[in-house]
Formats: sequence, structure tokens, C-alpha cells
Amino acid sequence: MEYVFRILRCDPMKDEHPYFQDFSYETEEKKSMLEALMDIRNEQDCTLAFRYSCREAICGSCGMVINGKFDLACRTMVDSLKSSVIVIEPLPNLEIQKDLAVDMEPFFEAVRRIEPYLFSEGKIPEKGHRIEDREMDKIFQYVNCILCGCCYSACPVVARDERCLGPAALAKLFRFVKDPRDKRPFSNWSRVNTETGLWGCDTVFKCNEVCPKDVRPADGIEALRRKLVVEKIKRIFRKER
Amino acid sequence: MLSQDILVVGGGLAGLAAALASDPQLKVAVISKVHPLRSHSVAAQGGINAALGNSPDGQDDTWEKHAFDTIKGSDYLADQDIAELMCEKAISTIYELEHLGVPFSRFPGGVIAQRPFGGAGFPRTCYAADRTGLVILHTLFEQSVRRKVKFFNEWLVTKLAVKDGKCLGVVVYDLATGDIFPIKARAVIFATGGYGRVYLRTTNAFINHGSGIGIAYRAGVPLKDMEFVQFHPTSLYDTNILITEGARGEGGYLVNNKGKRFMEDYAPSAMELAPRDIVARAIQTEIEKGNGFEDQYVHLDLRHLEEKKIKKRLPGIREICINFAGIDPIDAPIPIQPAQHYSMGGIDVNAQCASVVEGFYAAGECACMSIHGANRLGGNSLLDTVVFGKTAGEEASHAVKGGKGSKDAERFLLDEALEVKKKIEEWGKKDSGEKVHRLLNRLKVIMSEKVDMFRNKKDLSAALDEISELRGDYGRVLISGKCLRYSQELVNIIEFDSMLDLAEVITLGALNREETRGSHFREDFQDRNDKDWLKHTLVTLKDGKPHINFKEVNITKYEPKARKY
Repeated sequence: MEYVFRILRCDPMKDEHPYFQDFSYETEEKKSMLEALMDIRNEQDCTLAFRYSCREAICGSCGMVINGKFDLACRTMVDSLKSSVIVIEPLPNLEIQKDLAVDMEPFFEAVRRIEPYLFSEGKIPEKGHRIEDREMDKIFQYVNCILCGCCYSACPVVARDERCLGPAALAKLFRFVKDPRDKRPFSNWSRVNTETGLWGCDTVFKCNEVCPKDVRPADGIEALRRKLVVEKIKRIFRKER
Repeated sequence: MLSQDILVVGGGLAGLAAALASDPQLKVAVISKVHPLRSHSVAAQGGINAALGNSPDGQDDTWEKHAFDTIKGSDYLADQDIAELMCEKAISTIYELEHLGVPFSRFPGGVIAQRPFGGAGFPRTCYAADRTGLVILHTLFEQSVRRKVKFFNEWLVTKLAVKDGKCLGVVVYDLATGDIFPIKARAVIFATGGYGRVYLRTTNAFINHGSGIGIAYRAGVPLKDMEFVQFHPTSLYDTNILITEGARGEGGYLVNNKGKRFMEDYAPSAMELAPRDIVARAIQTEIEKGNGFEDQYVHLDLRHLEEKKIKKRLPGIREICINFAGIDPIDAPIPIQPAQHYSMGGIDVNAQCASVVEGFYAAGECACMSIHGANRLGGNSLLDTVVFGKTAGEEASHAVKGGKGSKDAERFLLDEALEVKKKIEEWGKKDSGEKVHRLLNRLKVIMSEKVDMFRNKKDLSAALDEISELRGDYGRVLISGKCLRYSQELVNIIEFDSMLDLAEVITLGALNREETRGSHFREDFQDRNDKDWLKHTLVTLKDGKPHINFKEVNITKYEPKARKY
């Protein structure tokens, strides 16, 4: 089978604008998009830049836009695209560093802003914390996040306002708030009670649609909103009493 | 010049554990050639061992029994004092990880769940479904955020600067800028992982070139027991993505084309849960006897575990099977074959993770403390990374606080960086020559055909010749893409130098060791020979050539016996 790989190229050090470059690619084997890109790099242009590591959809390196679809290149099979022309673009909402490699720093900065770690208090309990498996199951959906940044890139709210936290960070915050071991105070997590935090979300569910790990970040955002409202109401009554 | 008290190289589990354990008053940084979360630790699936005794079938478990299983699994090549140290520390390590946020799966009553694993006397492997590496790596990364650990991502270390037996720092290639420069450090900890990609078939990530081990070797640090290469029994046919041992721990069967659970011919009592070396060889033997499918694979059958259990305990491998093989293990058996998985050998370090070079430490897969000996048990590598990553951080901190800096370090480091720069300029100047990806492929073919699971003198000798020929061709390597920013080609060229060294040391060790022990199987010497070979291989680079030495195995109380499962 013969394909045309139309890849968005950009070297910000010398190119004023990104441009598309076509590469012809032939393969009879079943290949992932990542393997195909590596072949093209090795055989046709060694300056073609993109990130990769695990090749099994767990490290989160190779998010990109393939024929308009956000996905990891490693888990996208070339023949599954049913198209002889394949358009490949870097993740949007992030600056291009070179070709398909984008600057992930704003994404990680958003994650850092929610203080993404367990607030565990006191000494380590002997024999560990006692938590029923069903409680762990409630956070497992969010624990599966590999921080690939696909949701952040696809999010129309982030596109509009780069100060927004974006889906992955908020879903991660919910993962901690929901964890029975987490003792973060309400004052900590209610900081996302803002237009660039929880209430920025348009609930168009772009993040749920593009997530390659089925994390469904918008579920977390909605649940966190509900929890925030409930906590606020509880606090009002507590004060009255 | 950038200067650190402690420089950790590698952002996987061992590296992050080292950084977190380092004294916060010191200037500590982690250098990684990828973002830390992209490290290969993230791909670990099945779990991490500790004798918690949480399983109803495991209440009599103790860390001493864990140590015994580890030592027996190692075919008695483990240093027993170190194995004991790890197994004793395992229990508090798990509770510490849990307290930091690792979301382990639970048993009724809320205690950490444990599943059976190969070569273990009790269900001892703690897990988070089948994504244990992911959750532990993310948790340690989260703690690094909390502690504001300094990271330098997408920097590749190209050289270890050693002068008069003392480590002064490293030289790095910054992918984003294309620059080469030195970093001064009072202690350097390597946590650079394994070298799986010197083989064609490996479960390892594309980035696992093992250059850290090679760099240490080039700097004069001995490598230990490199001939012991672990082949994982169950990698997904064709892509060789790992299918966790947990699948067998949960009750999966290995079945040949006659529908037979063939492990009864190889390990009648442990069956599918024999140690990896035994199961991997059994599978390969079945395939070679014509009992496989398409002469390539056998089946790992999980269907009898049924949908609920598969979705709950093994969701990750189900996703992998669906994504990469188009099959759902609920409905169909998984086609699997053995593939390179882990390096028991590595940089020779002692119980403090210290090497013979002052100020140079190593931990995790790149290191060889001789815990795993000739064969590592599943669930012991995550444990090794966390326990000894921490040790490395603590010991390096201790040494830095007690020691003093070196004079003239900066001049030496600048010279070292200049040398690297000159080499790169030479590669860049050429208009014709060898392309590195072709050399890499040739190396993989040599290693897979001649230094694989079944070895013999003829193949190993031939491999050594071919590796040396390849080294000649590497002299003509060129950078074909002239831009040095984000040049994966340059990364590969730099790392290939190390890969050649590693291939040579693995092969030389394998040729020299005329016995069969653990993962090292010699067709021409099929028995273990304790009289001559109960010793570690040490290979040191002297005057540009590898020199072999030996080191005693430390035996505490477990007398070497024949291994039966």
C-alpha cells in the first residue's frame, strides 16, 4: 500500500510559518503511525522531529493530530485510517518546538498548579491505610491518565484562554479530592472555583472524545463541580448553626 | 558552568526515588533524555513484591521467605546479604509508597491486595490492577513536584567525567538547543535503565538503548554479570509488548497447538508460575518442536478467568491486546512469544550503590548489586528501583556532605565537552558514510540470532567477530540531517557507541561462562557448575579492551541447591 504522509513542518529558528511537506511511504506490513514516522525519518529526512518512548500507549509521548483526530501515534495503525493521504499535525494549543514536538510546559504548569499530590497527614499507618477496593475503583478512571496532553490540546476553552487549567489538571485534582487518604483542605481545592478553573469548562466534552486512555476528564470536572456546590451549601448551614 | 551537589541521571523510578531521598539542603537535579513520565518504568504492569502477608493464602509469609525465593530464583548467583536487605526493606517501602499516594488495589477489609507471581512461595505481589509501574512512577513524580525537584528534561548524558578515580560531572547534549556542555557535580547517580533495544525482540521502550551502562563502562567502571539477560515468557506476538506475569498469576494458562498446558512437562509443580527463565525456555522449546502456532508463538489463555476478573484485574493488557493485536482476551487466547525484558547485569555497585569511582553511584536496572543473580523474579525490579534508588540518594548525600569539591574540575570538564563536540563535528562533516539506524538493525540481528536464549560457543564467537566488524563500520557513521536540534539521529549515534560495548560485554561474558545458570543457557554446557562458576563476572575496560575478572558470591545461610519447581 502506498501513502502520502503530509506532515506539518516547522523549525521556529528559521521558518516564519509552519508548512506541510509530503513524504511518500510504502508498506505491506501492519505498522503503527509511530513506526511509519520513524521509517520516514530514518530513510527520508533525519531532521524530522517527534517524541516517542514506550510504543504501547502508556508513556504519553506521541500525542498528535492524525487526519484531524487527536491520538497517540503508537496506537494508531496506518491501515486503520482508510486513507491514502495522511495529514499529521502537532498538538494545538502549545507552541511548536520543532515539527511535531511541542512545548508541553504550559500543560505541566497547569497540572502543577492544582498541587497534584496526595495530602497525606501524619505518620505512615502500620500495615497501611485501610481502604475498600470500591473506593479505589472510584479514582481508577482518573489514575489511568498518562498526561499525554491530548485533552488540553483539544480543549476549546484552553484555546480561548491559555490561563485555563484544562481537563487533565482538573481531572487529576478530582482524583485526589476523591481519594479517601487525601486530607487537602477545602480552601486548597476550592481555589479552582473560578472562570479559568472549574467554571471555564464549556462541557462540550472534547476531552472525553479525544482521550486515548478513556479517562473521560469531563466526568471529573462535573463531579468536582457538584462536590464544590455541596461543600459550599454544607458550609453555609454549618455557619448558621 | 552549571554545578550541582548531586546529579541524578534518569527520571524513572530509581532516579526519582534517588532525588526524593537526597538531602533537601543540597543542590539536586534530575537529568533525563525524556520527560520523566515517559521513562520505561511507566510500562511495568504486574506489581511489586513485599511479604505483607495480606493474602489469605499468604499469612505465613515473611521477608526471609521472600529472600529465599529471590535467591533460589537467581539460581544462587544473588549476593544473599543484598537480597535479604532488599526483602527486609520491602515491607516498609510498600507502606511508604502507599502513604505517598500509590493507589494499590485492595483485598476485602481494605488491606493492600497481593497476587501470586512466578517463583514465589506465597501471593506476595502488590499491584494496582495491571498498571503498577504507571501509578508508582506518577506518584513519585507528584512527590517531586511537591518537593520542587529540579528537572532538566531532554538532555542526554554523553560522557561521565572521571579524573584520578573521582567523578567530577557529566557532559550533556541538550536536545532542544543542540548544544553540548558539561555539568559539574560532586556526586552523580546513574538510574538510566536497561538496554533492551540491542535485541530485535524486546518488551522495552524504543528509548532503552542502555547508554548509561555503556558510559560508565567507558569511564572505567566494571560491569557485572552482563551475560544474564532476562527473556520474558509472554510478550505479545509481533510487537513484543509486555503481557504481564500477573496474567498467569491470576490463573492464565499457557497452551500449545495440541491444546496442552505444556508447562507440566517443564515445571510440574509450579506450572505457569515457574520463574521466567524456565517458562521462557519452555515456550521457545515448544515453538521449536513444532508445537507452536505459525512456528512463532503459543497461546496464553485467559478465557476461563471470565470477563469480570479480566476487566477488573487485567484491564491494561486487555487494552493492549485490543489496540495492538485486534483480539479481546475475554473471547480469544493471546498469541505470545518470549522477548528480551530485563538486564540482571549492570554497573557494579555495592550495598551503598557506590561504584569503584568516587562520587559515582548507580541504582535500578542499570546497576548490578547482585540481587537478581542469574534470573530475576517478577515483581522484584520495581522493588529494587525504589529501595535502592532511595539508598543511592541517601548515600550520595552523606558522601557529598562529608567530602570536599575538586580543584581544576571545571577545566577538565570543559576539555571533556570539547572532545564530544569534536566528535560530533566529525560526524556532521561527512557527506557519505553509514547511517546509524542500519547499524543498529544489524546489531539487533546479531544479538537476536547468536546471543539469544539458547547459546553455544560457535554462535557466541561468531557474534564477537561481527560486533567488532560493526564497530569498524561505526567509524564511518555520519549525521545525515544537518540540524542538531531535536536530532534523534544524533542521540542514536551517540548511544550506539555504548550499545556496541554492551553487546560485546554481554557476548564475551556468555562465551566465557561455560555452564548453564538461570537465564544463561549454554547448549554445550547444560548443567550448572558451582565448583567453577559460582562467581560473578566482572568486565573492565582497560587500554580499550575488555578484561574479565571474577568476584565471590556472598552466601549467608542459603546453601546452593538444585533448582526444582
